[in-house]
Amino acid sequence: MADQAGLAPVTAPARPVRDGLALGIAVGTSGLAFGAAAVSSGLTAAQACVLSLLAFTGASQFALAGAVAAGGSLAAGTASAILLGSRNALYGLRLAGLLEARGAGRLLAALGVIDEVAAVTLAQPDGTSARAGFRATFVSIYLTWNLATVVGALGAGRLGSPQDLGLDVVGPAAFLALIWPRLRAGWTERGVGVLGAAIALAATPLCPPGVPVILAASAALAGALAAGPAGLDVPAGGSP
Amino acid sequence: MTGTWLAVLVTAAGCYALKLAGLTVPRRVLARPLPRRFAELVPVALLAALTVVQTFASGQSLHADPARLAGMGAAVAALLARAPFLAVIIAAAGTAAALRALGLG
Repeated sequence: MADQAGLAPVTAPARPVRDGLALGIAVGTSGLAFGAAAVSSGLTAAQACVLSLLAFTGASQFALAGAVAAGGSLAAGTASAILLGSRNALYGLRLAGLLEARGAGRLLAALGVIDEVAAVTLAQPDGTSARAGFRATFVSIYLTWNLATVVGALGAGRLGSPQDLGLDVVGPAAFLALIWPRLRAGWTERGVGVLGAAIALAATPLCPPGVPVILAASAALAGALAAGPAGLDVPAGGSP
Repeated sequence: MTGTWLAVLVTAAGCYALKLAGLTVPRRVLARPLPRRFAELVPVALLAALTVVQTFASGQSLHADPARLAGMGAAVAALLARAPFLAVIIAAAGTAAALRALGLG
């Protein structure tokens, strides 16, 4: 790991905070899109805000809004929204040993276990910067996402498109940048990344949105079975 | 309480419970080799999947938005040039925004 995530210790403390804050603010602004979509789907502004405050996981929130808009079964919509959140449980498995949170701290930290926060945290070279990255990304994305939800819900329809600013590319570009060092770390990681991407693309036309990403977790199982016990390059401080 | 409020609250509770469940898995489970390797590789698989899905899919259809593709191309170029994280994001969003402003997206 002689690249981004493994730079000299001098830059290590600043990087997770700076990267986390920047990503949180950039991605959090897409809460505008959620607030606007939720209200035009038929949710009230208060319901949109409660989802952002308590569910705080974008894909699930959009899924529930979509189910309300489609006018289908609310129970099925709720079930698929929760199913979409299952990948956060998988991130939690990986983060538990890094965060070392207990009691009330763990109850609070759990709220922050989402794609972007996990990505920044796991890209850090050691436990201390991982925890700094977790806090910075969680706080900035939580505040921005919730503020943007309110603005989007109240101003639905009067806002310019986030696409005009290229904000729809921020998410995928950030995910790619954050797994880049892992993809360079070894053949197992590269294989798992490519297989996960292929599974998700193949499943996209066949499954409701969100499910293809969950199916991609099977690539990790295949990688775990294929790699020998010492077959992985684990970032320092990453062993539970 | 309306059905919609119930759906909102159950979704919030369910999503939170899943997050907490992952964090509270006993350490001895992750001390075993297979669960540990699986937990280490899961983020790679999920984030790679999210990257391609958010790049190539809208809903259930696969289609290539030219501005978004160009933005991701700029991100890859920046990564190959070992640009720092923020520069990668700015290159990606800036490229997509510029192409759309020019009416090419």
